[in-house]
Amino acid sequence: MRVKPSAFVMTLYLLFLMVPIYWLVNMSLKTNTEITSTFTLFPRDLTLRNYLVILTDPSWYMGYVNSIIYVTMNVVISLTVALPAAYAFSRYSFMGDKHLFFWLLTNRMAPPAVFALPFFQLYSSVGLFDTHIAVALAHCLFNVPLAVWILEGFMRGVPKEIDETAYIDGYSFPKFFVKIFMPLIASGIGVAAFFCFMFSWVELLLSRTLTSVNAKPIAATMTRTVSASGMDWGVLAAAGVLTIVPGALVIYFVRNYIAKGFALGRV
Amino acid sequence: MEKTVNQKAWFLVLPVLVIVAFSAIIPLMTVVNYSVNDTFGNNEFFWAGLEWFEEMVTSSRLHDALGRQILFSGIILAIEVPLGIFIALNMPKSGFWASACLVAMALPLLIPFNVVGTIWQIFGRVDIGLLGHALAALGIDYNYTNDSLDAWITVVVMDVWHWTSLVALLAYAGLQSIPQAYYQAAKIDQASRWAVFRFIELPKMKGVLLIAILLRFMDSFMIYTEPFVVTGGGPGNSTTFLSIDLVKMAVGQFDLGPAAAFSIMYFLVILLVSWVFYTVMTNLDREEQK
Repeated sequence: MRVKPSAFVMTLYLLFLMVPIYWLVNMSLKTNTEITSTFTLFPRDLTLRNYLVILTDPSWYMGYVNSIIYVTMNVVISLTVALPAAYAFSRYSFMGDKHLFFWLLTNRMAPPAVFALPFFQLYSSVGLFDTHIAVALAHCLFNVPLAVWILEGFMRGVPKEIDETAYIDGYSFPKFFVKIFMPLIASGIGVAAFFCFMFSWVELLLSRTLTSVNAKPIAATMTRTVSASGMDWGVLAAAGVLTIVPGALVIYFVRNYIAKGFALGRV
Repeated sequence: MEKTVNQKAWFLVLPVLVIVAFSAIIPLMTVVNYSVNDTFGNNEFFWAGLEWFEEMVTSSRLHDALGRQILFSGIILAIEVPLGIFIALNMPKSGFWASACLVAMALPLLIPFNVVGTIWQIFGRVDIGLLGHALAALGIDYNYTNDSLDAWITVVVMDVWHWTSLVALLAYAGLQSIPQAYYQAAKIDQASRWAVFRFIELPKMKGVLLIAILLRFMDSFMIYTEPFVVTGGGPGNSTTFLSIDLVKMAVGQFDLGPAAAFSIMYFLVILLVSWVFYTVMTNLDREEQK
């Protein structure tokens, strides 16, 4: 049988992508003694203890709950403010529109490291430190511009005649927007929501700076697996696997839009 | 699409303006404020003028971090862009395997940054990691925590692992938009594979590739979490990139003035690249409408 060279290249590349993940999953199913004492490609005594530790200890699973809370808040806020704005950018030209659009982009590009300390002081001074809303608002810095750009990309594909016909039919703007326009760009909204979710989920620097106990994200919780008895590798690996799961679950639905999303709605 | 002039559209944009201004302009002004003041704590500030900027422009620490950063971004681009194009050219065009490849390739992009770091931290360890163990078994002396070259290789390979798929996905999206007729014409002309790539595929991918390069440049330029988790900026300072250095300075040592001056110069670079990005994007949009 002849193997096509392209299939060979892809197999190699996918192997390169999957092997580190396989190793993480492999470690998460081992006991700590097996991890440190022997070297095995597959877990010898398969154990779910590492996952049980996470799912039964509040200081662990609350990390997931906290992450999910602020990520959800962020997605809701981002989409709510971005939808009308994206509509305005795609349909109207107004004073300063290009500058504003550019300014939004600079925020997507801004390094979180620059903002970490000022954010900490800003949210401390308004009494929001260590709350979910603080992280959600901080992540708006890059997620709102992202949502505006993606939605604008989708909205420009909807012919303007639809808007005009609806207005002639007597729809008011809010009614038209919710009843007619939003269903038309439903896939765009889904994609924007997915990317807001993703970027808020993967970000660590800001969420770690803005929280201490009550709203601590799972990503920051993971840094505490170093204990007196040494590193708890198994639990660390299990926690890592669990953070990959949400992305892996929905990835299938957005597979054709991933390039578009990362390129801010263009392509 | 022809846009109508309507100043009332500002009302639709207002919520975005308010929320982004709250999380962008206020912090940025705080940074500007710090950058021209000196403080000894207790919220007392003294005017320092451009002192911090002068200090930062001449500081060897910043130069070193900047040098490492540019080297890192350069290596990343030199590897990821050609590799990404190569992968995109080899991807299945349609059917089940195309979907499967898309999903598998996107997976690393959706992993939290610190988990990416953790994965490679574990994977590369000589005692428990597959990579470290395999290299040791081959007799290669590899230890990313002690040897700065090994640390660099680990961080670069990690970034290639993490982000090459982004370049590949964008290039793939560009390739998909080429009509079959172009390939048929090339076949009639008996064009070589290289000529097809050079004169059909590359020009058609130009736009998306520019976006990919700019995105990769920006994101690698502000990389923080992944190298921080794997190497912590070490051994020594060998993998201390700009963001890591900045956080060390601002949060670790609380040198607010220099850190703020540093931030502002950092930000100006970002602004410049964003402008290039924006120009590319708007030109693409215009071409699309033709």
